[in-house]
Amino acid sequence: MNTNLLVVIAASAVFYGTPLFFAALGGVITERSGVLNLGVEGTMLIGAVTGAWASQHVGGSAWFTVLISILMGMAAGALTSLLHAFLCITLRTNQTVAGLAITIAAGGVGLSSYFANIWEVAANPVNRPIRKLDVFGLADAPVLGPIVFNQTILTYVSWVMVAVASWYLFRTKIGLQLRAVGESPQTADAMGINVVKYRYLHTVLGGSLAGLGGVFYSLAIVPLWVDGMTKGAGWIAIALVIFGFWRPGLTLVGAYLFGALQSLGTALKARNVNISGDVLDALPFVMTIVVLVLISSRFAHRRLGAPASLGVPYEREER
Amino acid sequence: MRSPVRLERRLEQPRWLNWSIPVISLVTALVLGAIVLWITGKNPLEVYDRILERGFLGKRPIQGTLITATPFAFTGLCAAVAFRMGVINIGGEGQFYVGAIGAAWVGIAMTGQPVGVAVVGMVVMGMLFGAAYGSIVGVLKARFNTNEIITSLMLNYIAGILLNYLIFNSRSYWRDPRSMGFPSGKPITERNEWTDYVVGGVKIPLGFLIAVIAAGAIWVLYKRTRFGFEVGVIADSPRAARYAGIRTRSTIVLVMGLSGALAGLGGASDVGDFRHILDAKGLQLGGFGYTGIVVAALARFNPFSTLLVAFLLGGLTNAGYALQGPDFPSGLVGTLQGLILFTAVAGEILVRYRIRANRRRTQAVAS
Repeated sequence: MNTNLLVVIAASAVFYGTPLFFAALGGVITERSGVLNLGVEGTMLIGAVTGAWASQHVGGSAWFTVLISILMGMAAGALTSLLHAFLCITLRTNQTVAGLAITIAAGGVGLSSYFANIWEVAANPVNRPIRKLDVFGLADAPVLGPIVFNQTILTYVSWVMVAVASWYLFRTKIGLQLRAVGESPQTADAMGINVVKYRYLHTVLGGSLAGLGGVFYSLAIVPLWVDGMTKGAGWIAIALVIFGFWRPGLTLVGAYLFGALQSLGTALKARNVNISGDVLDALPFVMTIVVLVLISSRFAHRRLGAPASLGVPYEREER
Repeated sequence: MRSPVRLERRLEQPRWLNWSIPVISLVTALVLGAIVLWITGKNPLEVYDRILERGFLGKRPIQGTLITATPFAFTGLCAAVAFRMGVINIGGEGQFYVGAIGAAWVGIAMTGQPVGVAVVGMVVMGMLFGAAYGSIVGVLKARFNTNEIITSLMLNYIAGILLNYLIFNSRSYWRDPRSMGFPSGKPITERNEWTDYVVGGVKIPLGFLIAVIAAGAIWVLYKRTRFGFEVGVIADSPRAARYAGIRTRSTIVLVMGLSGALAGLGGASDVGDFRHILDAKGLQLGGFGYTGIVVAALARFNPFSTLLVAFLLGGLTNAGYALQGPDFPSGLVGTLQGLILFTAVAGEILVRYRIRANRRRTQAVAS
């Protein structure tokens, strides 16, 4: 394997890892508040189809269209997760089943496909795809060029987001209170924190990030709407939250790792490396299981574990 | 600000909730679905009328509905068995595929044996394959405490890729060597195809009858045996179960094996009853495993209700196939199923709480 191939893989790891990171960061923020959202896959698809629709219907300059498509995709994701928040926080349903319901209702053969049909999104390619930029004219620079200076705008946004999210979670008062809500809502409530409000806000925020991840699929990776196009990325994102130990920085590392696995197939096939495409396709899924097994050991759980009240509905009168 | 209603914990759960809540859920889902249809410019009554007509009224629609309901019954039982212990197996999809692989193998390989032997062989092999695949999830959960939701889901994707490999990307035993342009599965020996049983002019697939027997067996297992009792204790409190000396780890593996076996049986019925080949594409388009979760949730994890709900959702899906076209776009059935799942989940709140109106006392006095 020569360095050139490594550069190609690294560059596409960043590219394919970006949507995974958005969705996973959304998961980190949601789960920090104690809400488990297994609807990420469905939320991403809703974001993706909305973004594709907007790109076909919103006029104006390329930048404007892209911006509106992104915002609409995020809004659609936020709405989808609002439903999840209502089920889990207000109705106190089983969060696992509620999340599954979102994915089944919105997923590949559900609402996202229905929207695509009635809006006729699938018939045409998107108008204004999100293209890779040539930052400072350095895209052709050796090694770092393709990896760092030839990515889409959203990748650069994601780098800012890592810093902002880490600061928000670990250096601000709201972040501290958010973590308190996730660890022990009873205590947080006694401190005067509005548990319901915190959970709602962060579930919706997380959903908008999942929607953003979806938009990346329909506007940057493919760029076209295909039913069920995220192909399990939402589930990998949920695993990435665990893999990243509920921390934004580690989640980014994990996302690029899985981005590399996803791009490995294309990169190797382009170079006529003789390896079965099916094996490569299966690799991210196998790796997810392997990684999960490794980090579900007892040590990892005790040291870096999940928010203590993750997945537990808060019932004030049960105190 | 006071909210107009408040939730009050139920001290006991009356029996009538067991049937009334699913009914309320179903009706609410249909109302919500009507709103979605109306917003997107369709006439909801017309759509529902056609679903009723094509899914449930008459011998032919019922016959078609039984065919679509059979896989749902198996995957529903698969989900119900695991959920009852608090293990969320969403790997029914993959276990179904793997069961189909096992059954197709026997169906192709057995040529001279009596028909009964071949059918039993397919059933057993489908169950074994599904059980083995389900046990992977169980072992990982029992041994490493790995989240079963994600592992079972990842195994679904892996099983799908395995299907693609066997039929499209290799010269496997399952691929028909005569299929040229578009690769397809090798047909099973013709005499090994499962028979239908005609009752009152309606053909009932053997698979559906097996599902009925399986539901009965599960009911007995969970209600009448020590094993079922232990499963119930683990569901209520894993810690109490451990203190009581119940072997929780091996029970998890056994239940996941059983759950996988039921999905695998569904895969066997898919090959034996309906397609008679290992249909890589068709199996993946069906989404049987995911629908099974909807079925089980609406049935509140009771095996007999699972059969009934499978029939209802089977009718919905059957009508969806029959009506698919410009005014009945694909995705509609999935959306309706999702809505049913939502309302079924949300309906659980009525099991645990009663909703009471918050009356302002001061106002009552003033008037």
